Amino acid sequence: MSHTIHNDNDRLQLLGALGASAVDDLFSAIPETLLLRRLDLDPGLPESETREKVEDLAAANRPSGPLSFLGAGCYRHYVPAAVSALTSRGEFLTAYTPYQPEASQGTLQSIFEFQTCVSELTGLEVANASLYDGPSALAEAAFMALRLTGRDELLVSAGVHPEALQVVETYAEGPELTVLRQALDPVSGTTSTKTLQLSTATGAVLVSQPNCLGVVEDLTPLAEAAHAVGALLVVSTDLATLGILESPGMLGADIAVGDAQVFGNAPSFGGPSVGFLACRMEHLRQVPGRLVGRTLDADGRPCYTLTLQAREQHIRRAKATSNICSNQALGALAATIHLALLGPVGLRELGEICLQRAHHLHGLLCEIPGVRPLVTGPFFLEFALALPCAAEAFAQAMRTQGIDPGVPLLRMERGARPVFDPDLSAGRDEPPPPPTVPAENVLLVAVTESNPPDALARYAAAAREVLAGTEPRPQGTR
Amino acid sequence: MMTVSGGESLIFEKGIPGHRGSHLPTAGVPAADPAVLLPGVPLREEPPSLPEVAEPQVVRHYTRLSRLNYCVDTGFYPLGSCTMKYNPKLNEEMSALPGFAALHPYQTEDQVQGVLRLMYELEQALLTITGMERASLQPSAGAQGELAGILMIKAYHRDNDGTGRDTVIVPDSAHGTNLASAAMAGYRVVEIPSSPRGLIDLSTLRRHLSERTAAIMLTNPNTLGLFEEDILEISRLVHEAGALCYYDGANLNAILGKARPGDMGMDVVHLNLHKTFSTPHGGGGPGAGPVAVGPTLEPYLPMPLVRPVQGEGVFTLDYDRPFSIGRVKGFFGNVGVMIRAFTYILSVGSDGLTRAGEDAVLAANYLRARLCDLYSVPHDGPCMHEFVISATQQAERGGTARDIAKRLLDFGIHPPTVYFPLTVREALMVEPTETEDLHTLDRFVDVMRQIDGEITNDPETVREAPHHTPVRRPDETLAARHPVLRWQKPRSDEFSEPVSG
Repeated sequence: MSHTIHNDNDRLQLLGALGASAVDDLFSAIPETLLLRRLDLDPGLPESETREKVEDLAAANRPSGPLSFLGAGCYRHYVPAAVSALTSRGEFLTAYTPYQPEASQGTLQSIFEFQTCVSELTGLEVANASLYDGPSALAEAAFMALRLTGRDELLVSAGVHPEALQVVETYAEGPELTVLRQALDPVSGTTSTKTLQLSTATGAVLVSQPNCLGVVEDLTPLAEAAHAVGALLVVSTDLATLGILESPGMLGADIAVGDAQVFGNAPSFGGPSVGFLACRMEHLRQVPGRLVGRTLDADGRPCYTLTLQAREQHIRRAKATSNICSNQALGALAATIHLALLGPVGLRELGEICLQRAHHLHGLLCEIPGVRPLVTGPFFLEFALALPCAAEAFAQAMRTQGIDPGVPLLRMERGARPVFDPDLSAGRDEPPPPPTVPAENVLLVAVTESNPPDALARYAAAAREVLAGTEPRPQGTR
Repeated sequence: MMTVSGGESLIFEKGIPGHRGSHLPTAGVPAADPAVLLPGVPLREEPPSLPEVAEPQVVRHYTRLSRLNYCVDTGFYPLGSCTMKYNPKLNEEMSALPGFAALHPYQTEDQVQGVLRLMYELEQALLTITGMERASLQPSAGAQGELAGILMIKAYHRDNDGTGRDTVIVPDSAHGTNLASAAMAGYRVVEIPSSPRGLIDLSTLRRHLSERTAAIMLTNPNTLGLFEEDILEISRLVHEAGALCYYDGANLNAILGKARPGDMGMDVVHLNLHKTFSTPHGGGGPGAGPVAVGPTLEPYLPMPLVRPVQGEGVFTLDYDRPFSIGRVKGFFGNVGVMIRAFTYILSVGSDGLTRAGEDAVLAANYLRARLCDLYSVPHDGPCMHEFVISATQQAERGGTARDIAKRLLDFGIHPPTVYFPLTVREALMVEPTETEDLHTLDRFVDVMRQIDGEITNDPETVREAPHHTPVRRPDETLAARHPVLRWQKPRSDEFSEPVSG
C-alpha cells in the first residue's frame, strides 16, 4: 500500500503543468551513475497486514507489570487515562515547533505551564522548554556551567548514573574537557565530601539526587564546597521525590536537570523521555534549548511566544549555547497534564506511597538471612541490596515466578564505568577502602505506586524461597 | 484552529483549593512519617504551587489549548526543510501497544526480543535506503545525530594522525545546527559561499580544503532544494584532502529510492525519522536522529548496537565496541519514534518510498512553476522536494516575507519557512511533501496569488495580518526584554495576574 495521495491521472496533470513528460525528468540533476535502479526493500503492505506484523513483534516482548521492580533511571509510574487522551489529540501530536506563535498558542502555553511546574519543583527560577533526556540535559548543564565559570574541568560524583556519566564524557570529548570523578563513601553510599577534588579549575560539580544507588545525598555541603572554589553545583534529580524532599534549588543547587519521564510518559524501552533543565535567573542567557515567554500581542492580549532565541542555533549558528533544535514538547505536555491532575497534595501522596512501600519492602527483604543493605545512607524509592549470591542468578530465579526483582548493578554498568571503580583511586583522590561485597551481588530495587502491597509481599516470599537454597558466600572481597 | 477572544487562562489560575484530578491508592503498608524514614534529610516545608483542579477541568483546559494549535491534521504545512507530511494513524496505535510501551530498558534480552528485532530491521531498512554500512538508532534528534557524527569524525582523526585537523567546512546555505554541532564538538567552522547557481563551488571548496580540514557538512539536496550535481567530485576532493564527508539527512525525502548518500561517498549520515519517515513532530519533539556510517567510521558508532546472534535467530545488545565514542543518550534511543517509522516503512514499502520521493519532487516543481511568474525564483532549473522563492518584489511594494507568512495564516495555511536559507533575501522556503492533493496545492497557489494582489491593492491588510488567529503578532521584543518565563502565585493582597510591563 502507498500512503501517497496522487494517482496516475493526478501525476499527468502535474507533469503537464510543468511541460515535462516523465517524473524522471525532474531528477536530471542527479548524475547517471548515482541513480538507483530499485530500492531493495519489500513491497508495501495493506494496513491490516502491517498491523499484524508489528503486533507480532510486540507480542514477542514481555512487558513489565506490577511485579516489576526495575528502576535505575527509568521508573514505572501509573499514568492517568486523561493524559494520553489529551496528548493523542492531533492538534498537539501533529503540530510543528511553535515558531509561528499565532498558530501555536496551545503548544506555547502548555510549555509555559511545564516551565512553571519544573521551576516550582526544583526551586529554581527558570526552567526551559525541555531537552532530550536526563543524561543529555546533564551534559548540557555541565557545558552551561563551564560557560558561566569560564573553566574547563568537571567533577562528577560516582553516584551519577553510569550511562549519564557516559553521555557527559562523550559530550566532553568535543571541547576536550577534563572530567574527574568523585568516589562514593562505601559505608553511606553518599558522595564523599572528605576528599573532594576541587580546585579553582573546577567549573561544575555534578551529583544525582537521589543517586544511582537510590541514596539521598546531602546537597548543602556539596553546594558549599563547590561555591567555595567558584564552581556551580549541578543536580540531576527525580521530580517524583520533590513533593517530599526539599528542592535542590533551596539546598544550593545552581542548575537542576533530570527526566520528567516519571510523569505522564510510559517507559517505552527507555525512550522517548523528557529532559528538563532549571537554573537561577542570573544564568538565563546561558540556558540551552527553547524557552517560552509571556508577552502581549498586537491587540494587547496576553499570549506566549518562543523567546531569547538569540541563544539558539537557528539564529546564532556556530556561537549558539547548544546545537539542540527540538524539545520534547509532547512528553513535556504529558508530564504537565499528569502534574496538573496530581496537584500539590497528590504529588506529596505519590511520594509518600513510594517512600513507604519502598521502605516496607526493604524491611521485608533485609529480614532474609544473607540479605543486607549495601550502604547505610537514607533512600527514597530505590535501594541497593547486597545479596548472598549473584544478582543476575537471583533475578533469573525470581523471573520464573513472574517477578522482575530489580536491576543488578552490573546490568546498569554494561559498557560503562563501574560505580565502585577501582580507578577512582587514581588522580588526586585517595584510594577507596576495599569493598566488602562483590559488585555482581548488588541489586537495585525500585518501588513505586505501581507496585501494590500484595506484590511486595509476593516479592519477599519468593525471595526468601529462592535464597533459601543459596549458601552465603564468605565475606571479604567485592 | 479556533478563534477565541480573551485566550485561555493558565491551569494554575483555575484552581480551587483542595481540588485534585487524580486519586491515588493508599500505601497499604504500615504508615510512617517521611521524617522518620528519611532521618536528617531536609524535607519540603511549603508545598509546590501546582494546579488544584479536577479531571474535567484539566481535560477542558488542554482540549481548549489544543484548539489554538495549527497542525498537520487540520491543514497544509509547506514548511521547507521540515517535511511536514501526513502522520499515519496506525503508527500511533503501534507505538502505544503495551508490548512496546510498557517495556523497561533494563529488562533482560530474552524478554525484549520483539523490540530488538524491530530495531535491527529498522536499521537494515535505513541502511538499504541510505547505502551505508551500519547505523546507531540512539540519537534523539537530527542535531544529536550530527553531534554524534562529528564526534566520530573527531575520534577517527585522533586515531589517524589527524589531530591538527581543527576545521569543519559548511556551505553558507547550511542549517544552523550543522555549525552549532561542529562548534560543540570543538571545531572551528568555516562557511564557504555558494556559487551563483546556489551550489557548492568546486574552486571555492578546493581553496578551503587543507590539512586542517576535518570534514565538510552538507545537505543534498541543499536547503535551496537543489541537488549538488558535483557531489561525486566534492566527496573525491574532500577525501583527497584527508577529510571526511558529513551528510545532513534533513532533505532525504527528495531522493528516496532515487539516490543514496552512501553512493555519493558520504562517510556519515543522520536521518530525521520525524521528517522522512512520517513520525509526528509533537509540537517540537520527540523526534529521532539515527546516524549511519560507512566502513571508515563503523568502529566509532555510539553504543550499544543491536546485532543478531549468529545462527540463533535472536538479537543482543552489543557493548563490546572498544572504539565507540560512547553514548549520546541514556538507554537505546527514542524507541517510541522508531516503532512509528518502522510501521511506516513496512506499510509503504519499496515502491511507496520511491513514490513518496517522486511525488514530493513533483508537487514542489508544480508549485514552483505556478508561482514563479509572481514571486522571484533565485535559481534556475527543476527543484527537488522544496524550493525557495524570494519576496523581494513584494517587499518593495510593502509586503515582506514575514507579512506574507502571517497573511497565509488567515487563509488557514501554515506559512513556509521564512528568512532561511540566509543566502536569499526575503526567502520563503516551500516544501509541500507528497501527501497533499491537487486541490490543496492549487488552493495554496490561489492564496499566494491573492496575497500578491493584496500587497498592491490593500497592503495594510497584509502588513497587519493575521486577522483571524487567536492572537496577532506577539511582541517578541517585550518578551525578550522582560522575560516572564513562568507563572507566579499571586500574593494574597494582589488581584492582577502577573504580566510584566
